[in-house]
Amino acid sequence: MMKTIPRKQLLAELSKVVPRDILLDSDEAMRPFECDGLSVYRKLPLLVALPENTAQVREILVSCNRLGVPVVTRGAGTGLSGGALPLEEGLLLVLSRLNRILEIDPLSRTVRVEPGVRNLAVSEAAAPHGLYYAPDPSSQIACSIGGNVAENSGGVHCLKYGLTVHNVLEVKMLTAAGEEIVLGGPSLDSPGYDLLAVINGSEGMLGIITEVLLRLLPLPETAQVVLAGFASIEDAANAVASIIGAGIIPAGLEMMDRLSVEAVEDFIAPGYPPGAEAVLLCELDGGEAEVAEQMLHVRALLKENRATSVTVSASETERLKLWAGRKNAFPAVGRIRPDYYCMDGTIPRRELSRVLAEISEASHRFGLQVANVFHAGDGNLHPLILYDGNAEGELERAEQLGAEILHLCVQAGGTVTGEHGVGMEKIDSMCEQFSAAELEQFHALKAAFDPAGLLNPGKAVPTLNRCAELGAMHVHGGKLPFPDIPRF
Amino acid sequence: MDQQQQILDQVRAALEAKSPLALQGGGTKSFYGNPSQGAALDLSGHSGVVEYDPGELVVTCRAGTRLAAIRELLAQNGQYLPFEPPALGDSATIGGTVACGFSGPGRPWNGSLRDYLLGAKIINGRGEVLAFGGQVMKNVAGYDVSRLMAGSMGTLGVILEVSFKVLPRPARELTLVFECSQDEAILRANRWSALPLPLSAASWHDGRLSLRLSGAVSQTEKAAEQLAADELSEDQAHWRRLREHELDFFGSASPLWRLSLSPACPALNLDGDCLLDWGGAQRWYTTTESTGEVRAAAESAGGHATLFRGGSGADRFHPPAPAMAELQKRVKQAFDPHGLFNPFRMNSDW
Repeated sequence: MMKTIPRKQLLAELSKVVPRDILLDSDEAMRPFECDGLSVYRKLPLLVALPENTAQVREILVSCNRLGVPVVTRGAGTGLSGGALPLEEGLLLVLSRLNRILEIDPLSRTVRVEPGVRNLAVSEAAAPHGLYYAPDPSSQIACSIGGNVAENSGGVHCLKYGLTVHNVLEVKMLTAAGEEIVLGGPSLDSPGYDLLAVINGSEGMLGIITEVLLRLLPLPETAQVVLAGFASIEDAANAVASIIGAGIIPAGLEMMDRLSVEAVEDFIAPGYPPGAEAVLLCELDGGEAEVAEQMLHVRALLKENRATSVTVSASETERLKLWAGRKNAFPAVGRIRPDYYCMDGTIPRRELSRVLAEISEASHRFGLQVANVFHAGDGNLHPLILYDGNAEGELERAEQLGAEILHLCVQAGGTVTGEHGVGMEKIDSMCEQFSAAELEQFHALKAAFDPAGLLNPGKAVPTLNRCAELGAMHVHGGKLPFPDIPRF
Repeated sequence: MDQQQQILDQVRAALEAKSPLALQGGGTKSFYGNPSQGAALDLSGHSGVVEYDPGELVVTCRAGTRLAAIRELLAQNGQYLPFEPPALGDSATIGGTVACGFSGPGRPWNGSLRDYLLGAKIINGRGEVLAFGGQVMKNVAGYDVSRLMAGSMGTLGVILEVSFKVLPRPARELTLVFECSQDEAILRANRWSALPLPLSAASWHDGRLSLRLSGAVSQTEKAAEQLAADELSEDQAHWRRLREHELDFFGSASPLWRLSLSPACPALNLDGDCLLDWGGAQRWYTTTESTGEVRAAAESAGGHATLFRGGSGADRFHPPAPAMAELQKRVKQAFDPHGLFNPFRMNSDW
């Protein structure tokens, strides 16, 4: 069971089993760890531990388990949903020092890494063998593999190459009690339940990841990108449907709305068409002949769908320049207002125009601008709500608008989070997406892995009480979401 | 036809009576796994495609829908299930296919059944109807319970409805044959998999390595030229017969073992006949070697061995390590606390 103990006691207990200098206990030293990429939530933990090897991780877990101290795991801290937000009464376990690439096997096309290895470092290490690691979340220069697995991270190439879960073969983890369990392996499947599928995206709630075996893919022979401008979002959305309907699976298919396009033009001038209501970036990769064949087809489809401009990259430099606009969209939008709040809903593609129109309506109603950047190929939206954290009540309004956008996504048959995770941020929206029985099933599954409930408690899956307390905020069709449980 | 309410009533009655259920789809894979126990619960009537929008690349079907019907519907729209599930009989249902978790010859390159599973509606062992995942490709809200259903042998709950990501069929497929030894075949399949070639299947038996190339016309033809095979054909029958276990190899009277291994490990030292699939990651053996011998060989090659057909023994599946075995049991209890569904089918202890 979870207990609250004083900082001094935890420090004394852990100092017995691990070197004192891997533990941080002063407020000043712990300050950099008080939040992850979602900085509106901040909290100082009871203690920070920065273990250097798996043996130390195990010692720390065994002690915390004995003392009943909850453990929040953190990788590079780039997460966007507050999943690594510390708990006041808990230990923050930072795995960034477990950063060795243990083995690359070019013949089997696998790489074995510790959880603190950065995503991009994997592809860099594999490159001499003509291989790479496909999932490329936008934070790939900084984010680490352990966090990628915990969040089941995506990226711009998901439609063709899948999410993290599709590219992980094995995970070694420690339970809250410090017991090692191996999920998956070098073979393509394992006997019994596919728990590897469950650990991906489990947000540090089920186990502490200590080693990961990743699948590598051959580097494509070539890649080419085409940029198209449109006079309406609807035309752009129709172009997306046409491309996919024609049997083409692009490596990346990204859309940006007018506000985002203007912001990046002001910021780095990538040469996006002025005055376009939407731009579409479509990347094709594969063999030279295949890419050339498909590019002809895509260009024709863009024109058919009334593209107002079409630019194809003629060189690698041009390809990177066209992508630079999309990749700088967040910081560019960040220059319009002091703060932005990034949403992460996913909807069926066919709902795109309708949902965007409703977001626009809500944006006017709340008096906050929304810039839309999204992975059009897989329906994953990243509306950026612009606000000023120093202006009275704006953050609260931004959060309310955010909740309304997630509500729109759920109503459209989608989900509240496509790739950023629930963490602390979207925990209340989970009450809307799932029934009481479904949430209880999640809790039961967690208890199978973590019976004492010590790993990242309070994140990812809300308690029924929390949902009940929220009931007033989530009244739909005159019915409370959980009419059969007590109210507080 | 939608029989959800009827099935739910049957599950609740069984729960009340504490009487276990043996879940049944088309009955084409009833030989697989440990013997079923409990009263039969027929799910084949709960059928029909609930939603299919080719532009969304997603199909949603009730569990009793016949696999053949889904294949046909997708084919009419130039699409397919990229994990190429073996049906092993005309009456195979999509629910049974998910429960067994089988994937066909393209698995190492295109992904497995669980990779394409986006959502599932189930009845758990408390008699509750639950929906997880959905019809979108990116979804990290809550634990990925739908993928957990793949290969769970119906022991976690009654699968009512599933959603799959589907893909356009490749424009062109070519089959290449090379004459070589098993070790040479393993080496070639793995080396070529590390190159940007449109490889989509690799099998070997009796001195013949067969490769399949899938993709754009220009690309497959260029790759075929580059690989310079001994034989080249547009006939794809070999892959269908391999998938459906219709090749002569599968007609042997000896027990059939499925070994899932690290793909590049050299040929194993086991008696009997061997057919290699998945570029070496899946190896079929018809052998009379003891269970202990076969399992030890599989473990030494980074994998596991399943007694697929024939033979005898308490556990058809490879026993997991002790800590893992304990975790698996707790996961079962989290979904089915009273042991209502398919008792012992996957594990002889529960």
